[in-house]
Order: sequence, then C-alpha cells, then structure tokens
Amino acid sequence: MRDLTERALDTAASLGARYADVRIVRRHEESIAIKTGRVEGVASNETEGFGIRVLVDGAWGFASSHILTGTEADRVAGEAVRIARASATALREPAVLDDRPPAYGRYETPVDEDPFDVPLETKIADLLAADQAASAVKGIAFTESMYAAQREWKTFAATDGSFTEQTITHVGSAVEANAVEGDEHQRRSYPDSGGGWQAAGYEYIRSLDLAARAEPLADEAVELLTAPQCPSGRFTIILDPSQLYLQVHESCGHPTELDRVFGTEASYAGTSFLTTDKLGSGFRYGSELVTIVADATASGGMGTFGWDDEGVAAQAVPLVQDGIFAGYLSSRETAPRIGRSSSGAMRADGWNRIPLIRMTNINLLPRPGMSLDDIVADTDDGLYLASNRSWSIDDRRLNFQFATEVAYEIKGGKKGRLFKNPTYTGITYEFWRSCDAVGDERSYVMLGTPNCGKGEPSQTGHVGHAVPGARFRDVQVGVGKW
Amino acid sequence: MNDDRARDALDLAERALDAAMQGGVTEAEALVIAEDEALTRFANSQIHQNVAEIDVTVNLRVAIGKRVGVASSGRTDAEGLRRLAENATAIARVVEELEDWAGLPGPTPAAPVAAGFAQSTAAASPELRADAVRQVISAADDAGVTAYGSFSSGTETAAVANSLGVRVGGTRTIAQLLTVSMGPDGGSGYAEQAAVDVDAIDATAIGREAAGKARATANAVSLDAGDYPVVLEEYAVVDLLDMLGYLGFSALAVQEERSFVEIGKRIGSDLVTIIDDGQDPAGIPMGFDYEGVAKRRVDLLDRGICRGVVYDSQTAARDDVASTGHGLPAPNPWGPFPLNMVMAAGDQSRDDLIGGLDRGLLVTRFHYTNPVHPKLAIITGMTRDGTFLVEGGRIVGPVKNLRFTQSYLDALACTVGVARERRTLRGFLGGVVVPAIRLEAWTFTGTTEH
Repeated sequence: MRDLTERALDTAASLGARYADVRIVRRHEESIAIKTGRVEGVASNETEGFGIRVLVDGAWGFASSHILTGTEADRVAGEAVRIARASATALREPAVLDDRPPAYGRYETPVDEDPFDVPLETKIADLLAADQAASAVKGIAFTESMYAAQREWKTFAATDGSFTEQTITHVGSAVEANAVEGDEHQRRSYPDSGGGWQAAGYEYIRSLDLAARAEPLADEAVELLTAPQCPSGRFTIILDPSQLYLQVHESCGHPTELDRVFGTEASYAGTSFLTTDKLGSGFRYGSELVTIVADATASGGMGTFGWDDEGVAAQAVPLVQDGIFAGYLSSRETAPRIGRSSSGAMRADGWNRIPLIRMTNINLLPRPGMSLDDIVADTDDGLYLASNRSWSIDDRRLNFQFATEVAYEIKGGKKGRLFKNPTYTGITYEFWRSCDAVGDERSYVMLGTPNCGKGEPSQTGHVGHAVPGARFRDVQVGVGKW
Repeated sequence: MNDDRARDALDLAERALDAAMQGGVTEAEALVIAEDEALTRFANSQIHQNVAEIDVTVNLRVAIGKRVGVASSGRTDAEGLRRLAENATAIARVVEELEDWAGLPGPTPAAPVAAGFAQSTAAASPELRADAVRQVISAADDAGVTAYGSFSSGTETAAVANSLGVRVGGTRTIAQLLTVSMGPDGGSGYAEQAAVDVDAIDATAIGREAAGKARATANAVSLDAGDYPVVLEEYAVVDLLDMLGYLGFSALAVQEERSFVEIGKRIGSDLVTIIDDGQDPAGIPMGFDYEGVAKRRVDLLDRGICRGVVYDSQTAARDDVASTGHGLPAPNPWGPFPLNMVMAAGDQSRDDLIGGLDRGLLVTRFHYTNPVHPKLAIITGMTRDGTFLVEGGRIVGPVKNLRFTQSYLDALACTVGVARERRTLRGFLGGVVVPAIRLEAWTFTGTTEH
C-alpha cells in the first residue's frame, strides 16, 4: 500500500498540490434478505479502489479509480490536480486547513465473533427462525428480515507524513412484520425498521435475540389494523429509544454539521438554524436535562474509529451541554473559521467519495434518577411512541414531522391500548426545551443508521446514536385529519 | 451496441459468465456496470468540491436448480472473476430453493437507445463544468444573490450476458445542472435542467431563473397552514411521480398488496396520464433493464385510470405475463421500478395555471418528503426555494415555507390544470418528463421560520 500512496502523493505534489491525501479502501459486504419465510437474496460484494484529494492554490480537486497500479495513481493524481485548477477559476476564498499532528497508527473494531467467519448457513438459519416466527402469526401479510455485515480496510496517507491503517466492522439485523387489510398497512419492526446496527461482530446479532421478539411483534402489527387512529392534539409524549435516536439524528446531528452552517450543502440537504452567532451566546437548544455529545470513541457505535478521513484522531465533543448549544461537528477546513480545531468528523463513503462532515456517534446522555419505566409511571396522561416509520424536516432543521409504527396510550402511569398511524411535529428547539425527563442508564442503548444521506454525488453514512428514552410536554400529535 | 465502452463491458460480462458456468451452475447472469462520472459543486458563489471517478462492478447471479446466489466485485482480472464465481456459487449451494423461481429471462430485442448517448457529455471536462458554473455565479452576481449548486456529467455503461443467450450492452449519458440562489433578505430560488447532451444545458438561463426567484422571495411572510389550491411547478411534480412510482407502480407492490394500484380503477382526473417509456428521447432514455430485457412502454395511468404496472422477470412470471424490462440489479427485494416516467402535457400556459387560482399557492419544489401512510400515498414534506401566495390569479408575494401532509392520490384526483410545456428533470428513480399542474386542494399542516 505504501508504494501506491507515496507515488500518488509524490505525483500530486510534483504537479503543484500544496496538500494532498490519498485513501485506499477495500470494502467487503455480505447481506441476507428474507421475505415471508423464504430467502429472497443472499449477496456478497467487494469493492476496492483509491481516491486522491488535492489542494492547489487553495482550490480542491478529487479523483478516484478502481485500478490499483502505479501508472493509474499517476493518472488519477494528475486528474485531481487538473480538477483543482478548474475549481480555482471559480474561487473566492482559498481553503485553509488547521494544523494537526501527523497521524500514525492502526485501529481495528473490537470483534468477539467475526461475522465473516460465522458459516453462512448459520446466519441464514438464525434469521429464518426469526422471520418464520413472525410470518406464522395469523393476519400477517408479509415479513421482511435482514442481516448485513460490512468490513472496510482503509489506508490513509497525506503529504504531511500521516499514515494510518484501519479495519472497521459493522453488523446489523432486523425483523419486520406487515399486516395489510384494505387501505390499512401496519408494520412493526425490531430493533428498528432499518435494522439494529453496531460496530461489532456476530455477538451483537446474537444479543438481539430476534427470534424471541418476532412473534409478539407480529401480534402487535395485526392488532394495529383494528386499533383506533391516534388522536390529534397537544400531548405529553414519551419517545422510546427506537424513535428518539432518529429525533437526535435529524434535529441535532444534522444541524450541528458545520459545513451545512457555512452553506456548502445548501443546494441539496440544506443549511442549519444553528448559525455561528449562537455558539458561545448561551443559546438554549433544549432543557437543562439535554446533553448531547459527538463521541467517535463510544463502544459499539458505527461512528467509532481511530482517525477520521483527514487524519484527525477520534474524540468526544459536546454539542449541547445541559441544554445550551456548545459545539459543532467540524473539519480541518471549517473549524478554524470559528476559532476551533477540527472535531474529527470528516468521513467518506468509500474510496470514490470525498470526506464530508458527518455524524460520528451523536449520543443523548442518560440522566441518573429515572428509568424509562419510572418515566411512564410518572406520566398521568400521554402517549408512548415507538419505532420510526417516517421522517421529514425542513432545510434548516427546524420544522420536523415524524411518524412511528405505534403509540401506546398512557393513563395513570400505565401503558394501555394501541393507537395506529401516530405522527408528531414541532420546531426543533421548542421541542427539546419541552423535555422534562430523560431516562437513566437502564434504557441507554446504542443504535444507529446505515443510510444517512448527504452530499453530491450522494454518500451513505453509517452513524451511531446512543440514547435512553425521554419525555416531552405539550407536543403537537397528528395533523387533525385522516 | 453503440461504443467501445459497451463492447468492453460485454466482453467482461461474457468472461464472468464463462467463469460461472465452469462451476457447474444451471444458469448464470453477469451484469457489468461501468461508470465514468464527474461532479462540480459550488456554494457561496465558488467551487468548493470537484470530483471524478471511474468504477466498474461485475454482478453475478447464478442458479443451481432453484437455488440462487448473487455476488459482486470490482475485480475484473481472471482471478477476480474466478473468485466472484466461487462466491456466488457457494451462496447458491447453501440457500433454500425459491419455489417460484422462474429462471433467468431469455433474449428480447434489447438494444441501447441512440438518443440516450451524447459524445459531448462523455467527453465533458472539468473546465467545461467550471465554465458553466461561472455562468450561474455570474447570473447570481448580477441579481445580487449567492449561488449554490452542482453540475454533473457522466456515462453509465451496462452490459448483460446470461446463459440463455442474452447479450446486450450500451452506454447512456446524463448531465444535470441544479442551483439554489439565496438572497440577503431570506429569498431563495431553485432551477434545474437535466439532459442527455451536456451542450443542451443552458447555464445562464438556469442561473437567471433561480436568481430571479431568490429576489422575488425576499422578505417572505407567514401564512397559516390549511387547505389551499396550488400550482405545483415541474420541480415539485417530480416528487409526485417519484413517490407514486416507488409506492405503487411496481408489480411487486401489487403482489404484496401494498400498492394503491387496481387495474381499471380511477385514481386521477381525466387530465392525468403517466407512462413509463425508456425510448422517449425527451427523457433520459434507457433501452434495456439490468436483466438485459428490452424496455417496453407501460401505460401507468391513462386519463386518470390505472392501466398497468412495471415488471421484472420474477414478478412477471408470478402473473404469467412478460417482463416489461424494469428489473434492477440482483438481489432485488424491492422489485421493479419505473425509471423513465413521463407525464402527458396539457394545454395551459404557466400563466393560465396561476391565473386559475382565486386564492392559493404557487410552489416551486418540495423538500425531504417521506411516506406517512404508504398505501394511501400520504406524504409529508416541506416547500422550499420559492412559495408564493396567489390571489385573483396574480402572484401577491412570497410566503414562508409550509409543511404538508397530503395524499398524492387525492392530488391526482383533484388535478384541474396541466401545462403544455414540460421539463426533463432527474428524480430519484431516474429521468422524468413533467409539466406544471394546478390542483384544487393541498393540505398544509405546519409552518416554519423561513
């Protein structure tokens, strides 16, 4: 690898790059898809290539190729420099990078049971058992179950002498039961519709115990077909971790991305209401119970690594501290503009994409005192919402609307009947300010999403979210019709 | 076959097929997708990201009887193809039989569409893209606003070889320029153009359209949520077609009873006709699917009546019909999708559509839409980059963005005006050709601060 990285960097420098970095990435993925008790697809994918990012006269260029030869490294480096020179023809503020010590070393995701060593037959049988337990329930129209594993070997080198090697392993699995009758289509999933995902080995899949969860899950999907429509109005709501993690993702993770704040995602995903004048001003993002960190060192999180994709060491940084907006996800280029150092959040989706500011593990920290059950018991009248079904948020990350798979009525501190088709909506900071209870360690769980979209050309990120459950007051539920 | 890229890709597919058949499988299909793509991105009226890539993927599907395995790889040498065949075969050996496995599709009159390729796009340089971006920025500068956006160009070569004799390959090109202009008083405007031929992209016109709208949306005022008649510009109509294609116009969605489609049922007004046509040169043509099957025109909605859905080989076999050529790369649990939707033009001008609003809203585009109730196609999302109040048939002024929660089926049913002009745009399911439309009602359910 060193031969190729050195050649690429030397060529780029000789052609005029003031800074260059190169990543060689090999990715192996394996997936199993089961639908209604039958194995619909088992697939294996391998991809390998390299990408060179160069800075020439303050302008960026990037080129990539799947052909791993010295000659191709020269061509791609030359192409990257040519692209940077084209960028320079429409440049107003040259890019400047912060200083960071050169990065050296190796990192590997801790794995107890290598998912790629577990026999395929075993993995299929485990998933099939869960899927069949769900599909056997009377009234279930179809079930969908998935398993996936991804391992990435990544070598990073830069003209400042940095050289790191990392092996990152992620696994995920889920079972989903669907009941359909007339125009009604109800779904229940575990641990999440997109799958429970962690940076871990097959031991995580075993810990999910999907087979044991499948039947009650399917029963609930069928029950939802005849459940009453979730009422509309102002309610106290409790969010289960299976929904709260996505609330954190959309309304805290994305708006704290500093590239969005500076407008570089404006034409696609949008910008952010968390403008830089709010940093250090005491802007109240949430109630004093709300502390959110970006922690690239958290155990099991899909945003955990040794170094980000520009060689900045993994770290934990506060985004919201006791309700006050405290920091951003940032890069070597954006952080100096607010007088800070990179938070180490530059991540690329493979060899053929540039690193962008991405979430690492955006975690809502638990508060000692109340378990999630205690919070329910402490609630006289409200709704308990679980498992995301739909999400949408405006281009500054203010107005959001989420749908969950199920709502449970809470009366007198007890969870009762089910409601179907629940939605809730609000304005981000108003919503987080209404948080009056955050669960303790007992409901704190690491979840995450493997499909966080950002950038052009599009990139799909794997990000982690550790959250407990939490309660919010006076939230608009439903839209008053249908 | 229209070029050397396609010949090389088909040769690679045949070598992968040979490697698979040597492993003793019953059937095999090799799909090669080779991409040569570049994208220049700009923000704050300067280029800030500028990328290029070349990539190739060999996707191998093998069957041993009714046991099917799929593997894919970027390695194209003999050893890489041998390993790929081993992986796919190993999977096929351990999975259970698919009882209704219909086998791979046989040959059809599949060929690339000549109108789907432009040498100018294949040869587009970073300098060409930068030049176009400077034109957009110049238009923004002239209007006193700031430009954001991207300009992409590239080729996708697909080739399919299978053990039943399918041999087809071709290269498509696509270029897309999109821009958001943002003004100092909160104004925001959007414009976009997609084309097979990069030379057809009019960067100055796109820049001026977005910049003009950014000026026109300055100092927007709040409007209460509620039901309003609307005119949806083409950029918003794309989302209707994309969502309906994703949720309902697929044979698999019908077979799984999660689609709104019932053949012969009326779901739209007489003014709504939607087809999928990979041959239409007005769109982004595609002659064959990722199973190597020739694409057929499919009438999805004819004057509001459900007429058909799209099929791949497996869903077609279940309904005992022929594939319409809408298969995606295997494994594909999502089913076939319409990748070339075209909505029929109407007879009204844009001014006619707006003039028909007594009190309503003109909506430029939607943002972050997502299904809330898939079977009823109830979608939530936000307006963005240009929302205007219209009274007495005239634009009164800009309003702040609104959230909607709206059945797209109800939207089709209350379509009362369709523009005669159409745009070629790029949706998430592929190239689309769409007009602006006027609807009697649209349900806005929330507001925001900008």
